[in-house]
Amino acid sequence: MAEIKNNPLLTPLNLNNPITVQVLGICSALAVTSKLQPALVMGLSVTVIVAFANVIISLIRDTIPNRIRIIVQLVVVATLVTIVSEVLKAYAYDVSLQLSVYVGLIITNCILMGRLEAFAMSNGPWASFLDGIGNGLGYAGILVAVGFVRELFGSGALFGFKIIPQSLYDAGYMNNGLMIMPPMALLLLACIVWYHRSKEKSLQEN
Amino acid sequence: MNTNSNSYTMIYAAIMVIVVAFMLSFTSGVLKEKQGKNVELDKKKQILTSLKVDTKGQDIEKLYADIVKKDIIVDMQGTLKSEEGGFDIDIAKENAKKPEDRKLPVYVCEVEGATKYVFSMRGTGLWGPIWGYLSMNEDLNTVYGSYFSHAGETPGLGAEIATHRFQSEFVGKKILNAEGDFVSIAVVKAGKTADGQDFVDGISGGTITSTGVDKMLKESIGQYTNYIKLNRGK
Repeated sequence: MAEIKNNPLLTPLNLNNPITVQVLGICSALAVTSKLQPALVMGLSVTVIVAFANVIISLIRDTIPNRIRIIVQLVVVATLVTIVSEVLKAYAYDVSLQLSVYVGLIITNCILMGRLEAFAMSNGPWASFLDGIGNGLGYAGILVAVGFVRELFGSGALFGFKIIPQSLYDAGYMNNGLMIMPPMALLLLACIVWYHRSKEKSLQEN
Repeated sequence: MNTNSNSYTMIYAAIMVIVVAFMLSFTSGVLKEKQGKNVELDKKKQILTSLKVDTKGQDIEKLYADIVKKDIIVDMQGTLKSEEGGFDIDIAKENAKKPEDRKLPVYVCEVEGATKYVFSMRGTGLWGPIWGYLSMNEDLNTVYGSYFSHAGETPGLGAEIATHRFQSEFVGKKILNAEGDFVSIAVVKAGKTADGQDFVDGISGGTITSTGVDKMLKESIGQYTNYIKLNRGK
């Protein structure tokens, strides 16, 4: 158990999940989850960027002057995000249109700065890489779960394909418009946190 | 080495900035051509969509070359400025100029043997710019098809202007009244009507975006009034 607890790859998936336990990156979780596809792309982009930013910061952690370390972290993140955004614009234009401003918002995603400051500044590159992948996937997992529910009930579709048959609409079924609105993401997120804490007693506060 | 001294900190920051600047300009330079192509392709797709052409899985370049015969430039007086180059006009930049200096693109197209004209529009929604294309029948009065898009309207509300349901409402509406004067097409609250002009239902919950579309139609298409008058019934 102790081994799993300290595993940088697996703990962020569950006991130290960036969204439900560290409560980081909530803003983007609300914004991009009205459909499944942008949620997945956002999750994967964050995973890649956290992992590489973690490695870079971890490699140069001994050279970073303490007084400007936050600035250095920010510059590394901003550079990576800009490069990813440029690559998306060149090779996945449709996706970059959908993500539009959110790609830029990755820079301000608290998960990045949180992991860099809390983990990469004091751990080796390999452990930092695993920590980045773990936290990114922990984040992506929650995003996909929320996106799944919101697109299914909000638009009756998954990845843009109609799932709910037309006959059901003819019988009077209607898409839930509230599901597409950001408040519903907050409520769904709260449900996930609730379920998570009821399962993991160690997370409960007295 | 003392990593906390002033000189070390300053040199560190300077080198970091230079390295980062080099990396970013390199990336931008390498990808620029491909990005420009994507933007161009997307614009062609939008124009084709306004002509009710199904672009899914098609070779956009070929389809565009087949359908769009000319992209001419006219001015507010309706006089022809250029026979080509309309595609390269940035409407946002033109709208910032004085009205008499503005260059307006007109795409002359051929769909199923009939001539269609596509006009370009740009306006403001709730959160940012909205834009679109309106394709007209040969009479330069009846709408053949429309396309609207936006930079960041609210999904499910204002963003609905980008849906087929909203865009298909414009088909068959007329932009001129019985006397042949430009009256535009009104976007009204669902269930309401507009006097003396054709109208479509706005988006419920997206009132400001709907008003933005209404205003955009009036202003952007209004700039073509003289061109329409001069070329009607030719």
